[in-house]
Amino acid sequence: MSAHDTTEPTRRDFLYIATGMAGVVGAGAFAWPFIDQMNPDASTLAVSSIEVDVSAVQPGMSLTVKWRGKPVFIRNRTPKEIEDAKNVQLSQLKDPVARNANLPSDAQATDTDRAAAKDKENWLVMIGVCTHLGCIPLGQQGDFGGWFCPCHGSVYDTAGRIRSGPAPENLPIPPLTFTSDTVIKIG
Amino acid sequence: MSGGHSSYTPSTGIEKWIDARLPLPRLIYDSFVAYPVPRNLNYAYAFGGILAIMLVSQILTGVVLAMHYAADTGLAFNSVEKIMRDVNSGWLLRYLHSNGASMFFLAVYVHIFRGLYYGSYKAPRELLWILGVIILLLMMATAFMGYVLPWGQMSFWGATVITGFFTAFPIIGDPIQQLLLGGFAVDNPTLNRFFSLHYLLPFMIAGVVVLHVWALHVAGQTNPTGIEVKSKTDTVAFTPYATVKDAFGLVLFLILFAYFVFYLPNFMGHPDNYIQADSLKTPAHIVPEWYFLPFYAMLRAITFNIGPINSKLGGVLTMFGSIAILFIVPWLDTSKVRSAVYRPWYKLFFWLFIANAIMLGWLGSRPAEGLYTLFSQFGTAYYFGFFIILMPLLGLIETPRRLPNSITEAVLAKTKSGGQPAGVAAAPETKG
Repeated sequence: MSAHDTTEPTRRDFLYIATGMAGVVGAGAFAWPFIDQMNPDASTLAVSSIEVDVSAVQPGMSLTVKWRGKPVFIRNRTPKEIEDAKNVQLSQLKDPVARNANLPSDAQATDTDRAAAKDKENWLVMIGVCTHLGCIPLGQQGDFGGWFCPCHGSVYDTAGRIRSGPAPENLPIPPLTFTSDTVIKIG
Repeated sequence: MSGGHSSYTPSTGIEKWIDARLPLPRLIYDSFVAYPVPRNLNYAYAFGGILAIMLVSQILTGVVLAMHYAADTGLAFNSVEKIMRDVNSGWLLRYLHSNGASMFFLAVYVHIFRGLYYGSYKAPRELLWILGVIILLLMMATAFMGYVLPWGQMSFWGATVITGFFTAFPIIGDPIQQLLLGGFAVDNPTLNRFFSLHYLLPFMIAGVVVLHVWALHVAGQTNPTGIEVKSKTDTVAFTPYATVKDAFGLVLFLILFAYFVFYLPNFMGHPDNYIQADSLKTPAHIVPEWYFLPFYAMLRAITFNIGPINSKLGGVLTMFGSIAILFIVPWLDTSKVRSAVYRPWYKLFFWLFIANAIMLGWLGSRPAEGLYTLFSQFGTAYYFGFFIILMPLLGLIETPRRLPNSITEAVLAKTKSGGQPAGVAAAPETKG
């Protein structure tokens, strides 16, 4: 019986397949570090939370702080801004979800669920990065008296909700707590 | 290279010695000296050569600029200013490099429009065309990453906006953006990798250019009549005829290039890029470099949701689609006639396409509001309509003009109606 005309797998077939498989797996395993090195490194991932003293921020004033390399808007809203935001029907909103990291993901984008805390509805804290392509919106501009992104014309209202323009979502609210009456901990 | 027999005959002993071992002189002779080109090529065909020279120029100036540049967010902006003020001839090298990018794109757009006008993408040149679109994509990536390196305001915010495109895709979008940036926002890891890739990509372009020229020399060049070469009288030798014509076109092009470098070096840049990058302040009006403006206008034109696709993803898909559609142009055009010279309707819509592309470029530089957005939407519709509707349709309903029997016949007919002495154009290869 000759090894060349049998249809049974031979030792050589086995070696071909084993070598091929080892080559594919090896190439994949070797490629992974080359791709993975591009991901955020340990120092970038070491996220610290920040504490911000907002005692000096009077109604109608805003503060921008940097958290995780991104700007965070902290605004002490005027009574008129709060009223304007409360008067908006949910059906008028492009994005009806609160986008509030402190609430369930299906919370509705009412002004109460957008504000920093239940009894502190004058405070609005959100990541100041336009949900379109990442520009920083300008405060107290645009048709709704909230924020206006100069890059592609997205307009947010006084609760940071998207009202017109190409941006798809409301400005996100980061995890936050009031550690005292005047100190906000972000992250 | 063209598959025909080689006419190279080594005359000296050393030439014979090399030819028997590494026939590189033979390859060069057959490709760039004896290579037959259609005798009726006009100056629109000079831009391939111009582009090759621009690639070499960009690589040379880029390599020396890299000797003085520091890819670190704390140092980058000042190192570029140091190049401008302290490095010997640094201002010239940097202006050559930054204006060179603009001239490179100017030449590539003329080159692409020439291909669209004369039907250069049609069989058997589909792969030649596709390789060209790949070069265009690599050029865009290179130019974008190069623009980030000076670390000015436009650098930073341009990078933010363009990497933000990827967040439009559901689920995989954010991880892809973080993979590209090496963080949650544009920062030092981003600048470092962009510098590395900006240095790498031009050499990849050079590699694809070799394939592009190879494919060109297999099929041979097209010509303004769009008729294939049929006999020896249809062609002239690459050298001296095409070489000299290309060189003359190059000289005119370099004069324009030099005018910008020496008299208007910042005309195509933005003043905001002379302000150092600030991650907390977006410039009032973000605009990309002029060569991206038509695509930027199409990105911003999609302000409405299309079914399940929201406006953001729609804009990004439209912009990527505007390039991707070029890949299938050879199969969208149904006409049997190659050149627009013999296609009255296609010619009309082609020039409208050019006008529309220029209009989109202008709209891309305007703020995204009101009538500008409306016109951008019309422009975007025509851009895609030209490829998806007009190209397949015109091939079926248009009556082309009568084609000449050969390139030679076309040239002689032109000479008869023109006032030129017949002998000059009729037999240029025998002139002396």
